[in-house]
Amino acid sequence: MAMTTPTTAEVAPRRRFDGSRDLWRRLPVTAKIGAAMLLFWIVTVLTVSLWPLDDPLAMVGRRLQPPSPEHWLGTDALGRDVFSRTMHGAIWSIPIAVVVVACAVIIGSTLGALAGFFGGWSDSIIMRLVDVTVSFPPILLAMAVAAVLGPGLGNASIAMVIVWWPIYARLMRAQVLEKRENEHVEAAVAGGAGRLRVLGVHILPLCWAPTLVNATMDFGQVVLLAASLSFIGLGATPPSPEWGSMISEGATRFYSWWIAFGPGMAILSVVLATSFLGDGLRDVFDRRSA
Amino acid sequence: MTAPLLDIRDLRISFRGRDGTWAEALCGIDLSLEPGKVLGIVGESGSGKSIAMMAFLQLLPRGTRVEGSARFRGEELIGMAPARIRRIRGKAIGCIFQDPLSAFNPVKTLGAQIVEAITLHDRAISNRAALKEAERLFELVAIPQPARRVRQYPHEFSGGMRQRAMIAMALANRPDLLIADEPTTALDVTVQAQILELLADLRRELGIGMVLITHDLGVVAGIADEIAVMYGGSVVERGATDPIFYQTSHPYTAGLIGAVPTLDSRGTLQQIEGTPPSIFSRPPGCSFHPRCPRAGAPCRIETPRLLPQGDTACACHFPLSRLEPVT
Repeated sequence: MAMTTPTTAEVAPRRRFDGSRDLWRRLPVTAKIGAAMLLFWIVTVLTVSLWPLDDPLAMVGRRLQPPSPEHWLGTDALGRDVFSRTMHGAIWSIPIAVVVVACAVIIGSTLGALAGFFGGWSDSIIMRLVDVTVSFPPILLAMAVAAVLGPGLGNASIAMVIVWWPIYARLMRAQVLEKRENEHVEAAVAGGAGRLRVLGVHILPLCWAPTLVNATMDFGQVVLLAASLSFIGLGATPPSPEWGSMISEGATRFYSWWIAFGPGMAILSVVLATSFLGDGLRDVFDRRSA
Repeated sequence: MTAPLLDIRDLRISFRGRDGTWAEALCGIDLSLEPGKVLGIVGESGSGKSIAMMAFLQLLPRGTRVEGSARFRGEELIGMAPARIRRIRGKAIGCIFQDPLSAFNPVKTLGAQIVEAITLHDRAISNRAALKEAERLFELVAIPQPARRVRQYPHEFSGGMRQRAMIAMALANRPDLLIADEPTTALDVTVQAQILELLADLRRELGIGMVLITHDLGVVAGIADEIAVMYGGSVVERGATDPIFYQTSHPYTAGLIGAVPTLDSRGTLQQIEGTPPSIFSRPPGCSFHPRCPRAGAPCRIETPRLLPQGDTACACHFPLSRLEPVT
């Protein structure tokens, strides 16, 4: 007679959400790959000056050399090492993306939250401003602003914040409009809480999930737009190894494909990484809209 | 006779409809409550029972017209400055809501929310002392293991425990008046009984006045000192609890009582035919007349006033006489 296995299965007690480790466990594999790629770029930004690379601004070899063991991604028209320049390019692109997304989130979310919470006049004014801004194609608007302010990465960043904040204003306004109808908000008011406390303590903490997801995805988009502006000469100025301007240099020398290949792959990896990570975060935080 | 804790006189509330006309949701009600007493307000959905309470706490949406008077401890609440009403809300008047899950902030622990409720009105108290107070309140409302429970989130509580926590929060600042808006509707019957018992205990121990809003006569029967029955934005019958049940005058009240199932009732349950009128299309005269078995010609023309009728006050042209058996 065969022994049957005992049927009393151990039921693991359901664990409480214990912060970042639990979040990591729930992320899909693609998101983990994205996070790893992003981490790679962040580490690069922090440590690239210590790497045993050629000086990105020095002419270290002959012009237009194809990839070789000595120059992994060849050399450009001025004999500079493309691999070194690509890695150093992260110092420009990644921090700019961080700053632009942070500014856009702060400005947009604040205005959107105020518009949604107070309604009336402030809502009309802020949201019409948003409508006006988003009615322009983003690249065109960024180009126009950057052209008015003059070339340079600082001005390009300002241009990008101007293009980006309305998205966050709309997101946050929609969230606040939804959450402020929750009964616990009314309960807080009935408990004697003031308006700013209600907004800050009882509404905003419930609203940040879509913003976080969107900000992650936009990170890559900002890198792309920054490169685009540099490509057309409105961002970084020539000697600096910015990805967009490097591609622009490579674009005129099509047979030396490696000049554009390095920065191109860099941009691709950042955009892909944030896209993967953003998708994963949405699965975890904001299941309804996924 | 002591001064009333809450004294509502001719309170009227109107909402603006889509076409810009004003519709009266509350057509001038009078209610009063003495300290430490329990007033039950009974009525169907849309009878105006909740908005009457929300009106004097100024919780109604902007653009609502509120007229009349509501005095709390002699102080006029209607039209009170927002900064002053805020010091009364949650301090002298506590509120309990229908759905205890949605009435808590889901991302804060219950302890933190009670601490917030306390510190809002008492700047001097330390967070630690407020948390101790939260534990004491949990004990008061019979939540086991209060020290552990205050560190938990609303979703970790069962429905009945959550409602207890809500009552604890409403009591946080030792209010004189507790407004309970359908406190047991979201709970199942056994838990409902426990919560009502808890409310009765608290009233006895702390001497809090309560307004208990419900659509269930059974809920108020055991706990209320006085009952006001509302229909279509008016109080149709008002009186002490026993006469309301045993010497009913208004046909609507009689209908409600007849619709309560009892263990020894046989056959089909009585029901009141039809549905309550929308506030945008109230019938002229007595708003109950289209559904009333006793309606006559004057009911369609003249709105009856609330007049003493036996031991209760009743707004009806053809009240049930005391001698007539309640059907």
